[in-house]
Amino acid sequence: MGIEYLGLSEINGPLIALEGIRGASFDEIVELTVEGNKKKIGRIVELYENKAIIQVFQGTEDMSLFNTHTKLTGHPMEVSLSPEILGRVFNGVGQPIDGLGNIIPEVRKDVNGLPLNPCKREYPRNYIKTGISAVDCLTTLIRGQKLPIFSGNGLPHDQLAAQIVKQASLGEDSTEEFAIVFAAMGVKHDVAEFFRRTFEESGASSHVVMYLNLANDPVVERLITPKVALTAAEYLAFEKGMHILVILTDMTSFAEAMREVSSSKGEIPSRKGYPGYLYSELATLYERAGIVQGCSGSVTQIPILTMPNDDITHPIPDLTGYITEGQIVLERSLYQKSVYPPISILPSLSRLMKDGIGKGYTREDHQDLANQLFSSYAHVGDVRGLASVIGEDELSPQDKQYLKFGAALEQTFLSQGPTEDRTITQTLDKGWELLSILPREELDRIDTKILDKYFTQNQG
Amino acid sequence: MNVTGKIFGINGPIVFVGGNQAFKMGEMVLVGKDKLVGEVIGLTSERATIQVYEETSGLRPEDEVTGTGAAISVTLAPGIISNIFDGIERPLKEIARQSGAFISRGVSVASLDTQKLWDVHITVAPGDKVYGGTIIAEVPETRAIVHKSMVPPEISGTVTKVVPDGAYTIDAPIVTIVDSKGVEKVLTLTQKWPIRIPRPTAKRYPSDRPLITGQRILDTLFPISKGGTAAIPGGFGTGKTMTQHQLAKWSDADIIIYIGCGERGNEMTEVLEDFTKLVDPRSGNPLLDRTTLIANTSNMPVAAREASIYTGITLAEYYRDMGYHVAIMADSTSRWAEALRELSGRLEEMPAEEGFPAYLASRLSAFYERAGFMQNLNFTEGSVSIIGAVSPQGGDFSEPVTQNTKRFVRCFWALDKSLAYARHFPAIQWLSSYSEYVSDLAPWYTKHVGEDFVECRNQLLSILTQENQLNEIVKLIGSDVLPDDQKLVLEIARVIRLGFVQQNAYHPSDTYVPMEKQLKMMRTILYLYQKSKLLIDRSMPMSLLKSSRIYDKIITIKYDVANDELNKFDDYKKLIDEFYDNIMKTNA
Repeated sequence: MGIEYLGLSEINGPLIALEGIRGASFDEIVELTVEGNKKKIGRIVELYENKAIIQVFQGTEDMSLFNTHTKLTGHPMEVSLSPEILGRVFNGVGQPIDGLGNIIPEVRKDVNGLPLNPCKREYPRNYIKTGISAVDCLTTLIRGQKLPIFSGNGLPHDQLAAQIVKQASLGEDSTEEFAIVFAAMGVKHDVAEFFRRTFEESGASSHVVMYLNLANDPVVERLITPKVALTAAEYLAFEKGMHILVILTDMTSFAEAMREVSSSKGEIPSRKGYPGYLYSELATLYERAGIVQGCSGSVTQIPILTMPNDDITHPIPDLTGYITEGQIVLERSLYQKSVYPPISILPSLSRLMKDGIGKGYTREDHQDLANQLFSSYAHVGDVRGLASVIGEDELSPQDKQYLKFGAALEQTFLSQGPTEDRTITQTLDKGWELLSILPREELDRIDTKILDKYFTQNQG
Repeated sequence: MNVTGKIFGINGPIVFVGGNQAFKMGEMVLVGKDKLVGEVIGLTSERATIQVYEETSGLRPEDEVTGTGAAISVTLAPGIISNIFDGIERPLKEIARQSGAFISRGVSVASLDTQKLWDVHITVAPGDKVYGGTIIAEVPETRAIVHKSMVPPEISGTVTKVVPDGAYTIDAPIVTIVDSKGVEKVLTLTQKWPIRIPRPTAKRYPSDRPLITGQRILDTLFPISKGGTAAIPGGFGTGKTMTQHQLAKWSDADIIIYIGCGERGNEMTEVLEDFTKLVDPRSGNPLLDRTTLIANTSNMPVAAREASIYTGITLAEYYRDMGYHVAIMADSTSRWAEALRELSGRLEEMPAEEGFPAYLASRLSAFYERAGFMQNLNFTEGSVSIIGAVSPQGGDFSEPVTQNTKRFVRCFWALDKSLAYARHFPAIQWLSSYSEYVSDLAPWYTKHVGEDFVECRNQLLSILTQENQLNEIVKLIGSDVLPDDQKLVLEIARVIRLGFVQQNAYHPSDTYVPMEKQLKMMRTILYLYQKSKLLIDRSMPMSLLKSSRIYDKIITIKYDVANDELNKFDDYKKLIDEFYDNIMKTNA
């Protein structure tokens, strides 16, 4: 292990090549010393006989073909873990940056993780109350789920995520141990600061682990940040029995970093220049959410991504949507109407909600009510389209009711204050209030018995 | 002596072995000290290219690669049904037992339990002539399935020795035969078959029997035959997996092979849980008794994802050879195509459309052509039907995987985003979907369901098409100005959409609907249309007809009439007659 190799044979962007290397293994971590004092770490991404291609996490600035010493570590990327990581702040590769010294590791873990055996998973069924009507009623978050927020630049995804974290973690069952793992990939200083402040204000900061790779930190480093964070989350959840909420922001920067490295490796690009393995790579992150049979803990993920140009068909949101169990989509036009949270409910979806709501979980009418709201709101879109052609006055009385319903849904149901915490009963009752605007015979998604019990026609 | 070589280079799941090796194309190899499973996919005089079915981190140049001499193949014997495997037929429960909740690398497990004793009944006697495919033993594999062990396809001869009926493991010799050259061969319950080669059959039958799914929009509007092929394309959230689950639960195949190819882990867990609990309406046994799951979730190695589709179809063909009707759910073939793309990229092959390799189309066609209604080598009949989900990028059907799939399947069940947004499930768009089997299956429907079935189906579809045209007008000028007969078409189309096409997978009597009820529902709706039309012809206004609420009553038939109360349909007929008479009486 002691051998150091002097010099490099090639430097290209974040990648370096080293020839004459012996005993290197694929995916191994190497330590680089530049000019005798600057330490960097890198990862072997390709090996050909005695030539290794190494990806340098801290960037290749200052490196020349002669001034670098390379040392093999003999193991893949590992991170030190112990329960002490709670309340600490680390950089993108898991080194402490809060000036409180190193972690005394209880274990060191390979950040790549291993796939969870599907027959050892437990199907997630417990819903998490977030206190946000649009989420609780229509895209219910389930413990162990991965539910991303698809947003755009300038939309309040950070506030929404912060509100979910605050209200979910301090919910009814706060006796259970919870913690938040926060991973920032290429986010602005202000955003990281906003989250830090929010955690502090809500009194949660001693339960938060932060891994920060900020916008001006090395690009390649953020390829490893989510893996480090998820390794910590898995450790806390499956070995320490805690319920972990992981916030990953911003997945777009992660994918951009991948494209950057891929193109300097000279790989064949697939869609929009992203490498062909973008799907596999995203999947290895997102699939690290879940519950393991026989463990009391869970990992719930809320990745945030900004859709480039608000385009949901862009490869990053598109591939994400195929892996995650639903998505919460934010919409610019709603935000411009000052609706907060501006959740566009039609494309939003929670795949796991069907098994975590209803009798015994939330309330028996939940599923039917949600279906009806979706279906009626979809019709509002058609009516608005028609109104823009023939004018609102020409609409049939029934269509006018739909317009009223649509506006009410946006203003009273979707909209709520950034600190307003609604109970599930309040949320569902609000839903029925909305439906009372519509004539009963238009409610075709609700079982007759439930309709009899909950529906009261608005006479006014 | 097996061939060995030394690793020269590593790039993700692709490993190069230097030198001129005697490996064979498609040979299974063991890579490195952990003995990771791999397959030879390219050979030149300088190097052999190997794709590795497990995570390659930690491999080093100079590590040894050992050939096994055989192509990558699956083990075929009792124990396949009710099991859950990864992409290369390794049992996940056994892996969990050895390595815990997380799948570690290089786990060495046998595909099937070699210790378990099966209750074997021998069906041949000394002196019998046997050929490839001849059934030599029967084993009750689950409550629903009798496993029929066969002579491997390439072997024939005369039986010289059999063991008495009793309990045997899958590797125990049970029948000994002597072939025409006098060579003795010992047969066990086990045989091996390379996954990339279709198992031979005697001949192919026309597709004239439907695969009944209990889903109205499929059985009635866009049916698939036994041995047919179908694609379900749709963007995320449109219900591909849901539709696949429904088909796996309710279709009248004998055996279901469910391939989770690059999909979510929780979904596989859900299938596993659900199928243990749910009861097959035909046999009364748990659904898992007729199901095999192949789970290669999206975070499992990409090369095994590519293989999982082939593993699945080989298992299906094996059960078909016993005379069973097998249906494969492949969710999703796009992930498989992307695995091809990923590997192709690593091999630095010249990309064709959207980075997919140029051989995408030929691979797809080779896969779908393995479906069919066959006469087997042992003269039994069996079928393999393939239902493949397609996940087009951005929900855009013009992308290469959807387009190429469309060329090789005969059923196209297009899922639609706007239907899914309105929570109209199954979100199969009736205008862009099609089935080429309708005319092939028409004689069967006429004979077994009802003479008017095809006629009713066509009328339904034509009303839905008219609705679409009328909606174009409504979008411009609103629905109030339409003449009453067109308003009626819109209303009846609404009844069809909500009351017939839409189906609630969570409702106990709506999740599966027998053919007879489907026909009666169609008849009732069309009878309502006919009667309403008579009223309109007598210039009764549509608003008057609508005020009777009869249309909403017909819509809820799907919930109000349970599957075993079909006589209630007569009441509905009376109801419609009353509605007609009432209006005639009070307004004439």
